[in-house]
Amino acid sequence: MASSKTITVEVDDVRYTDDVEPRLLLVQYLRERLGKTGTLVGCDTTNCGACTVHLDGVSVKSCTMLAVQADGHKVTTIEGMAQDGKLAPLQEAFHQCHALQCGFCTPGMIMQSASLLKENPHPTEAEIRDGLEGNLCRCTGYQNIVAAVKSVADGTVYDDSGVSTTAGETETAGVS
Amino acid sequence: MIPSAFDYAAPATVEEALGLLAAADAAGDDVKVLAGGQSLLPVMKLRMADPSMVVDLGRIAGLNGVTDSGDSLLIGAMTPHHVVATDPLIAQHVPLLAQAAATVADPQVRHRGTFGGALVHADPAGDLPAPVLAAGATFLISGPGGQRSVDAADFFQGYFTTAVEEGEILTGIRVPKYTGWGSHYEKFTRVAQQWSIVAVAALVRVEAGTITEARIGLTNMASTPLRAAAVEAALAGGPATADAIAAAAAHAAEGTDPASDLNGDAAYRAHLAQVLTKRAVLAAVGLQAGA
Ligand SMILES: Cc1cc2nc3c(=O)[nH]c(=O)nc-3n(C[C@H](O)[C@H](O)[C@H](O)COP(=O)(O)OP(=O)(O)OC[C@H]3O[C@@H](n4cnc5c(N)ncnc54)[C@H](O)[C@@H]3O)c2cc1C
Ligand code: FES
Ligand code: FES
Repeated sequence: MASSKTITVEVDDVRYTDDVEPRLLLVQYLRERLGKTGTLVGCDTTNCGACTVHLDGVSVKSCTMLAVQADGHKVTTIEGMAQDGKLAPLQEAFHQCHALQCGFCTPGMIMQSASLLKENPHPTEAEIRDGLEGNLCRCTGYQNIVAAVKSVADGTVYDDSGVSTTAGETETAGVS
Repeated sequence: MIPSAFDYAAPATVEEALGLLAAADAAGDDVKVLAGGQSLLPVMKLRMADPSMVVDLGRIAGLNGVTDSGDSLLIGAMTPHHVVATDPLIAQHVPLLAQAAATVADPQVRHRGTFGGALVHADPAGDLPAPVLAAGATFLISGPGGQRSVDAADFFQGYFTTAVEEGEILTGIRVPKYTGWGSHYEKFTRVAQQWSIVAVAALVRVEAGTITEARIGLTNMASTPLRAAAVEAALAGGPATADAIAAAAAHAAEGTDPASDLNGDAAYRAHLAQVLTKRAVLAAVGLQAGA
């Protein structure tokens, strides 16, 4: 019987210390040990991206990483994206742009989109599609997902009523 | 899918890792080295591999990153694809590698998968072996008997087989600088996030309109990456014109032994090798590929 290992991982700003079997996948640790079921398993074969989380701020597929490899690192899941009860801009944009239907791909799409925008804050449409090539959606046809990511890159701010303005327009309005 | 149970160690130094590999081997354990895990973990989840011991290189300092050593760059084996694709030294001196690394898989896999891991894995459809072969890189390998270096021409030995023996670790890859050369990696796939059906890596030096040297690597045209020697010979000394390049590229399938699979049969791959070689060399010398 393989021996278990003690790991300490910071997940969504909370530190956890746990004994895990080396073969425990990071996604199982998140879902089954920490109850963070916002991160989903689609394919379980590194293809679909549904399980995408951030490891030290960079996107990874948590079905293709061991929990022991995350020891000492910081993990952010979709459940850590909203701050102070307010959705992150990408979450709000997916909502407003109708970028989801069944929603199964959405946590992974948002985590990968966030990583993409961190590396390239002003992507072209082609760069967004390339950046999401490891995330599959069976419902939307991707069009509205790309639109949602583009709108955040362009600085569109959504308020609760769904009315959108761009940061630039608001400023211009103030000047004129 | 859950891998079978295994013992796990994450050593802090190469020496410690080599000691663990030797001890596990002596104890009769089936031991595997873990790098980025982007090939090994999927295979373990499918239980096509079930090591009883895994030695993770992820916590060894000094295996990750790119350093300038004069005439060459030293790329640490644990450098992720994403870093190879974006590193300024690679962009300046061997942009071919950056371009090839950027075509591997998808962003998440590129964040974890490593340069060394992909080269030791040596998938015939993998995108890094052919550029590394074309560039004439040297592989730095550490083992129980100390360190040795292996030329790229001797590194890739067969289907998923390299010069790295059991009990050894690839620590780095030394790549000569090709500053001022033209280069291009031309990868042919049908869908996003796909392995190469065929791909061609071209490094070309042009002086006053004449190709003085060409180094061409082929991906997925045999069980190992190949140099397109006949194309290289036909290009060298000739003019950097579309006609001369097209004539040379017609030799691209010579000496190859491509597989037939669901993506295409051997004859189709032979055709692709010629078309993609033409496109890669045209792009490398700054001419647009014709329709
Ligand atoms: C969905 C998907 C798509 C992909 N598409 C592509 C693609 O288009 N093109 C492409 O080239 N690749 C592709 N890959 C593979 C990717 O390049 C992997 O990152 C790479 O093959 C393995 O690197 P790794 O660091 O993850 O190695 P691991 O998976 O950790 O290891 C792979 C093998 O190499 C051995 N090994 C690793 N490092 C060392 C070392 N330093 N010394 C000794 N042995 C070592 C391991 O023991 C193991 O046998 C894809 C992978 C996935 C999951
Ligand atoms: S569940 Fe991880 S990539 Fe599909
Ligand atoms: S919304 Fe259903 S898979 Fe994307």
